[in-house]
Amino acid sequence: MLFYLKRQASRICAHLDMPLFVIVLLLMCAGLATVYSAMYSMGIDRLDKQIVNMLIALAIMLAVAQAAPQKIMRLALPFYLLGLALLIGVALFGVTVNGSRRWLSLVVVNIQPSEIMKIAMPLMLAWFFHKCESELKFRHFAIAMVILLLPTLLILKQPDLGTALLVGAAGFLVIFFAGLPWKIMLGAALSVIAALPFLWNFVLHDYQRRRVLTLIDPGSDPLGAGYHIIQSSIAIGSGGVLGKGWMDGTQTHLEFIPEKHTDFIFAVLSEEWGLLGGSFLLILFIALAGRGLMIAVGAPTLFSRLLAAAISLMLFIYAFVNMGMVSGILPVVGVPLPFISYGGTALVTLAMSIGVLMSIRTHRTILVKK
Amino acid sequence: MNDFQYSQQELAQFRRRVLFAALVVLVLSGALFARLVHLQVFLHEYYSTRAESNRISLSPITPNRGNITDRKGVILARNYSAFTLEITPDQTRNLDATIDALAELIDIQAKDRRRFKRLLDEAKTFESIPIRTRLTDEEVARFTARRYLFPGVDVKARLFRQYPEGALAAHAIGYISRINDDDLAWIEQEAAKDLERNINYKGTSLIGKIGLEKQYEFELHGTTGYEQIEVDAAGRAVRVLSHTAPISGNNLALTLDAALQKTAEAAFGQRRGALAALDPNNGAVLALVSNPAFDPNLFVDGIRFDDWDELNTNPDRPMLNRAISSAYPPGSTFKPLMALAALSQGRRKTSHTIADPGFFSFGGRVFMDDKAGGHGSVDMLKSIIVSCNTYYYHLANDLGIEAIARFMGEIGLGARTGIDIPGEAEGVLPSPEWKARRFKSRENQKWYAGETISVGIGQGYNAYTPLQMAHALANVLNHGRVFSPHLVDTVTESATGAARKMGAQPVRQLPLDPEHVDFIKRAMAGVNKEGTGARAFADAPYTSGGKTGTAQVYSLRGQRYAGQSKERLRDHSWFVAFAPLEAPRIVVAVLVENGGFGSQSAAPIARQVLDYYLLGKDSGGPAPEGVASADEGNVDAAPPVIPLTGMSDHAVLP
Repeated sequence: MLFYLKRQASRICAHLDMPLFVIVLLLMCAGLATVYSAMYSMGIDRLDKQIVNMLIALAIMLAVAQAAPQKIMRLALPFYLLGLALLIGVALFGVTVNGSRRWLSLVVVNIQPSEIMKIAMPLMLAWFFHKCESELKFRHFAIAMVILLLPTLLILKQPDLGTALLVGAAGFLVIFFAGLPWKIMLGAALSVIAALPFLWNFVLHDYQRRRVLTLIDPGSDPLGAGYHIIQSSIAIGSGGVLGKGWMDGTQTHLEFIPEKHTDFIFAVLSEEWGLLGGSFLLILFIALAGRGLMIAVGAPTLFSRLLAAAISLMLFIYAFVNMGMVSGILPVVGVPLPFISYGGTALVTLAMSIGVLMSIRTHRTILVKK
Repeated sequence: MNDFQYSQQELAQFRRRVLFAALVVLVLSGALFARLVHLQVFLHEYYSTRAESNRISLSPITPNRGNITDRKGVILARNYSAFTLEITPDQTRNLDATIDALAELIDIQAKDRRRFKRLLDEAKTFESIPIRTRLTDEEVARFTARRYLFPGVDVKARLFRQYPEGALAAHAIGYISRINDDDLAWIEQEAAKDLERNINYKGTSLIGKIGLEKQYEFELHGTTGYEQIEVDAAGRAVRVLSHTAPISGNNLALTLDAALQKTAEAAFGQRRGALAALDPNNGAVLALVSNPAFDPNLFVDGIRFDDWDELNTNPDRPMLNRAISSAYPPGSTFKPLMALAALSQGRRKTSHTIADPGFFSFGGRVFMDDKAGGHGSVDMLKSIIVSCNTYYYHLANDLGIEAIARFMGEIGLGARTGIDIPGEAEGVLPSPEWKARRFKSRENQKWYAGETISVGIGQGYNAYTPLQMAHALANVLNHGRVFSPHLVDTVTESATGAARKMGAQPVRQLPLDPEHVDFIKRAMAGVNKEGTGARAFADAPYTSGGKTGTAQVYSLRGQRYAGQSKERLRDHSWFVAFAPLEAPRIVVAVLVENGGFGSQSAAPIARQVLDYYLLGKDSGGPAPEGVASADEGNVDAAPPVIPLTGMSDHAVLP
């Protein structure tokens, strides 16, 4: 019995990528400490809920890592179609929260289908390119664009510009790594720039325009839209190089930072741990992306290469967008800081991503042997 | 191209793109790092300050205003504590509902609610704001029993300004009232003038408006203390970080004698007029009356509209400080000064005698004496005792307007005396220069010799305040040593207890011959013994000097005063006096508006004041229990205790 358990354990651990695992654990620990400080003044001095969330996330990560990439690949199309169906469902029957339809009320839980798309999108596109590997033509890129745009536009309609951009970016990264010619990218980039005035006037909602404007000049609306950015900048700036010390952030503990345990948690971390803490976090995210890209380079199939590269870069982009928004160089979009922000849903998606990376890494040799 | 080659080529392209992606990651990270360095290194100081100002709120603690006492310690202005019902909005769930519930327990009127709203807008939410002031003991008890029903509501003791003697010396003491924009500009200007005085009015809502309360505002106010309070984003107080106690305002001890003041005011009764009593030896103001007066307590809490309306539309103008702000022709009280001018300038000997026919003709005009047929043979002494006009018509003509103006200006007429309350009028010292300044048309600017004749008997353009008349006489009696009249004797620093003596030094010395001064004193003594002041000063047990005056309000064109003209067209009645004769201790100038002859209404008032001051005749001065030390009511921060007596109906709210 003991022997069996041991063998099982070692089998499970065989699919664990140590560098990734260590990075994730470090991020989670930093997250727990910061969340504790952020939630303390809200009268919550227990972390049990977030610890449970993290344990569940780690379990999911290990579980996903056990599955071979070709098995995961088989899930791509159904997963994508399910996500698409749910998005259409949201558009028709969704629950309106804060003025936008993002949630689907199921009997047990409310789920946010756009969250599923963050994984389903790169999965689907990687599968698609893998299928057409031998005869990749321009029209395949066109089809890929359709696969990309369909859910992206649905999410944009909710409206949720931030998630739409992130889902779109995830898909685009796959297409990019699949070898989308630079000429086309350049042309697309130019046409997007040309279309900007149109987008500004007809596609963006008022609140989205305001967010962009506030980014340019937060002082223009210090009590309204600019408040978040001003207060988080004060928190970060007053933290200095060494920080005010754990649990000693005045901006944090006197409630000046909005959403401090979720989207703006980087402000808490920077206030209490200073430039050192922020840099340490940044290095962890670079390491995470770097390890992911290494895995991608070493991956044996096109599917796993594309998927690993896209996922790695997305993990970094989530972190960058969040930290960029909190420190005032990007507009405010609702993106949590990976592994740090409080909340279960994002953790699950992240754990699945890491799990996929680990799976790709650890099933490589097995595949070659075959 | 075979599959393998294709695959190799594809793999190479993929690797290049991964490399590119890695580069992008590093560039983005670099940008983010640069941003963090910018915020946390270069802007660290700026953001630290902002974080501190986010976190720390300064809550001012207003100092206690200094007390004002008379020369014997009778309190004229003080602070008293009373219970107020106060609400801390922060700790109250529903303000309106709370106030409604309180109104069922304690009388809360619409004006209380209005004031609360106003204060609410100005205050921070963690500061406690009064909803009702001056709770009775019963109301305090009623609320205390049900306090548990009202979180955030409490009974507190606050200090209020109070003038225990009411209208007594109201014009001199002044009053405090809500700070307005002009006051703010004044405060700013004063604060900029001297940074070391640390003038800070945060939390102060009342300021001196007139009188001593205004003049000595920055002595009386004190130094504002403050509390550093840590607040959260919602403005709720988290804890007190530091406490700097306020320093109470300085106390003023006046030269004014409250009992004498009371006697003087009572002597006026219903009559309009003013009185200034000085100690000629040092310029101390012993009494300063302007009748009718007003109750300064009315102003402290924001005056009610009908009270304000009454004060401003009353034809008797109770707000006007007649003693210093109103100038009247001095009438015959001018004559002793004219005589002194002539003696000083060597233009007359006391023995110089004229034959008075009862008139003086000059340039085709006839100037009448007040006695038909004249006073006969008149020398200088007699001219003052019987108040002979003809003597001074001659004298004025001989001296000329320039010489008169020069001398009168020197002894203090036609200029502000420098008394330590605002609002003093200059009066009019007529001269050709004055006329040229005063009038626009060439014809009016010209000085006519006939005008000099009128000036000689204190009529014409002459106009002086009662204080100026007392001041001029005091300067003479003091042999030319001029002191600025002053109401404040000492300022006691509340922080150190050190006392500063005010106005003790003479400001200038006039070249007066003691013999001339003695002659004037003798002549004025004669007035009270056998002249126009004799009736008022009959049987006075002390020696005194005086001079009556009657100032024309309306020219009767040489006709005799009939006595039946309308009350407000009747002449103003003057009397200046001093006593005792040898070493005068008090000089008094009395003016009764439309009082007729000086000997009729003004002189008896002067007599009562001199009697009280020299003989201590009690005419209902304040009872001994009204006397208290100057420090009373200025105890910092200690919970104030409500005095059982002396609480005014006109109290006050900061």
